[in-house]
Amino acid sequence: MKDRFISGYNDFVLPFVIGMSFILIYLVIGIIRVIIQLPAADRKKFFLSLINPKLWVINLKDIICDVLLHTKIWKRKPLLGYMHSSIAFGWFMLIVLGHIETWLFVPDRLSTFYYPVFFRFFVMETDHTLKGSFFFFLMDFFLLVVLSGVFLAMFKRIRSMMFGMRRTTRNQIPDRLAMYCLWAIFPVRLLAESFTAGIAGGSFLTRPMYWLFSNFLTNTYHILPTWWAYSTLLGTFFVLLPFTRYMHIPTEAFLIVLRNAGIKVSHPRKGYSIAQIYSCSNCGMCIDACPMMGQKKNLRFATVYFNRLLRRRNWARCEESADKCLMCGKCVAVCPVGVDSCNIKRSLRGLRAAPAPADYSYFTSYSLPEGVENSQEKVLYYAGCMTQLTPVISKAVAAVLDHAGVDWSFMDRDGGICCGRPLILAGRDERAQEMIRRNTELIRQSGATTLLLSCPICYKVFRENYDLKGIRIVHYTEYFDELVRLGRITLRNSGEKIVYHDPCELGRGCKVYRQPRRVLSAAGELVEAEKHHDESICCGGSLGSLTLSYEDRKDITLKALDNLMYASPERIVTACPLCLKTFSPYSPRKVSDFAEVVAQNMN
Amino acid sequence: MIDFGYGISPSSAINLDKFDRTRFEELAREEPDVLKCMACGSCAASCPTAGHSDMNLRRVILLLGRGREDEVLRMVSHCMLCGKCLIVCPRGINTRHLILSVTKIYQKK
Ligand code: SF4
Ligand code: SF4
Ligand code: SF4
Ligand code: SF4
Ligand code: SF4
Repeated sequence: MKDRFISGYNDFVLPFVIGMSFILIYLVIGIIRVIIQLPAADRKKFFLSLINPKLWVINLKDIICDVLLHTKIWKRKPLLGYMHSSIAFGWFMLIVLGHIETWLFVPDRLSTFYYPVFFRFFVMETDHTLKGSFFFFLMDFFLLVVLSGVFLAMFKRIRSMMFGMRRTTRNQIPDRLAMYCLWAIFPVRLLAESFTAGIAGGSFLTRPMYWLFSNFLTNTYHILPTWWAYSTLLGTFFVLLPFTRYMHIPTEAFLIVLRNAGIKVSHPRKGYSIAQIYSCSNCGMCIDACPMMGQKKNLRFATVYFNRLLRRRNWARCEESADKCLMCGKCVAVCPVGVDSCNIKRSLRGLRAAPAPADYSYFTSYSLPEGVENSQEKVLYYAGCMTQLTPVISKAVAAVLDHAGVDWSFMDRDGGICCGRPLILAGRDERAQEMIRRNTELIRQSGATTLLLSCPICYKVFRENYDLKGIRIVHYTEYFDELVRLGRITLRNSGEKIVYHDPCELGRGCKVYRQPRRVLSAAGELVEAEKHHDESICCGGSLGSLTLSYEDRKDITLKALDNLMYASPERIVTACPLCLKTFSPYSPRKVSDFAEVVAQNMN
Repeated sequence: MIDFGYGISPSSAINLDKFDRTRFEELAREEPDVLKCMACGSCAASCPTAGHSDMNLRRVILLLGRGREDEVLRMVSHCMLCGKCLIVCPRGINTRHLILSVTKIYQKK
């Protein structure tokens, strides 16, 4: 294997060189911009993460799994996973192998950055070296892998139903152009390498093609035009890249590094969020996942389109989408890239909110019920606004606590201040601070060591936004599970067939899935809904949405109930007062709260 | 007039012509729900600020309809946006967004 040209250059590399230079400069500027826009604390986190060897290992693992192998898509839809990873990993291997070949056979060309890409054009075979044929085989093999992925992609466009996706994203003109380039790049590369196989050698794919063509074509005449075409396609693709969905190919790795550094969304269109929205591959998984999509008119509010509008700074329509979203978190849970769209939408709400002077001076008039202050009681139960509307829950909680002999008191028995989560969901974080401050004061005043909650919405905010060091914050599903396991309450199995609904804020929000199920399977025969755990469907009552109408909510509620009725349960059990309230009017079976079931089945 | 020792109080009917309803109409355009309110008071009864502040959504809606904007901004500034009123409203009014819109529209001078 040796150099074919002394110069190591041919004009056809120009389109590639121009395209590649453009995208590299674009990326470097983009990355610098993102880093500059990060709040100072986040920027520090980012730089610190770069010198942390442990994070390097995690970053590397995540990049290989997510960017190259697409393991998350594999888990959900194997065929789609194969499509993505064959193109990504195959292409990556072609680049790596090209460099290895150059390094092995013509090491002094390694510094010419286009050389490894067009390796087959620039070299000629001297004798049949074993090493050469080994690499030829690998190159042909990975080219075949990529081609199979590309053919699947073409096929997918035509029959997206086959892949288990009801809807795929609508493409735009630059997207489409780039897509055609991507489709053409690898078949053209195969042609170019095949025509050159007589000079540079080939393997099981390129060699037979060479012989085949030589029957009716003069291969040497086709060498240059096909390499020109290959280079032009690559160059065009790179120039189009920033304006298309394919931008996710280079940005996703950067997003992973930022995410692992522990950075959070702070502005909808600056810093971290830029990395987020540019990493959206427009795969469309969030469309089928979203509970609002049951109605065609809501299709335009899907996260994928929100990301796209945000890239174009179409603020008015972004705001509409953001206000509509239930913040149920399902699109985030299914997103293979992990685009944190809920927090982007939340910060957008905050940014676009009309200034609203709040006056919470009256908060001082709330106090703990008599006898709670300075008591020796350990467990403080905060029911929260939603449980106040469903006294059946707080009564059941009280019954269970008393039965187990827990030393407890009821923080908001006589009414209380909201936990602040609804305001945070609405993007009004500063307003929520006042609630957080006053509630913290009251909790500290009580001298409690455990804060017990029955509403997942409260639970999330107490865990994430309150500073209650030294006080254990626990949801009643976890707490009752503990009581059962400690033997402080024993349950009898009623044999009733029950299905458990994972409330969004408890499941996806706080990752509590195991404990309620463990308790419920001791109280009855637990069955699963069609979609459960991470994929559970929001009840439709979520306070996350600001503008969703009553009718649209009802539609979602019915869909969620359908999902729960999958295994024909006799009773639906949930662990969220809002879910209980939302489901009850429409449910074909009795809907109960978790605490009710425990209270009814205690020995 | 002869004094019978009692009288008929002057009409408490409200003359809507006397009030500038432009903002209310703007609100009703953005939030048609506001016209659906039947003043049942469920929202005010369930509100966690009841007894602690003068926020009262039923009253807010009534006052706005009568063009009495003066008190309203102060009242809604007490709202915690907790959503209890949304859950209980028998007319399915999106009360939380209504409150946000009220703040937005009536704040404009
Ligand atoms: S947000 Fe995630 S799931 Fe939705 S299209 Fe983008 S990458 Fe796919
Ligand atoms: S958070 Fe839920 S409602 Fe909002 S876009 Fe995602 S899936 Fe849809
Ligand atoms: S009511 Fe429950 S399930 Fe529905 S959005 Fe809220 S937390 Fe999630
Ligand atoms: S959202 Fe506001 S008005 Fe409605 S119940 Fe809560 S505090 Fe009261
Ligand atoms: S609950 Fe609804 S209908 Fe009743 S007064 Fe309040 S807003 Fe009006």
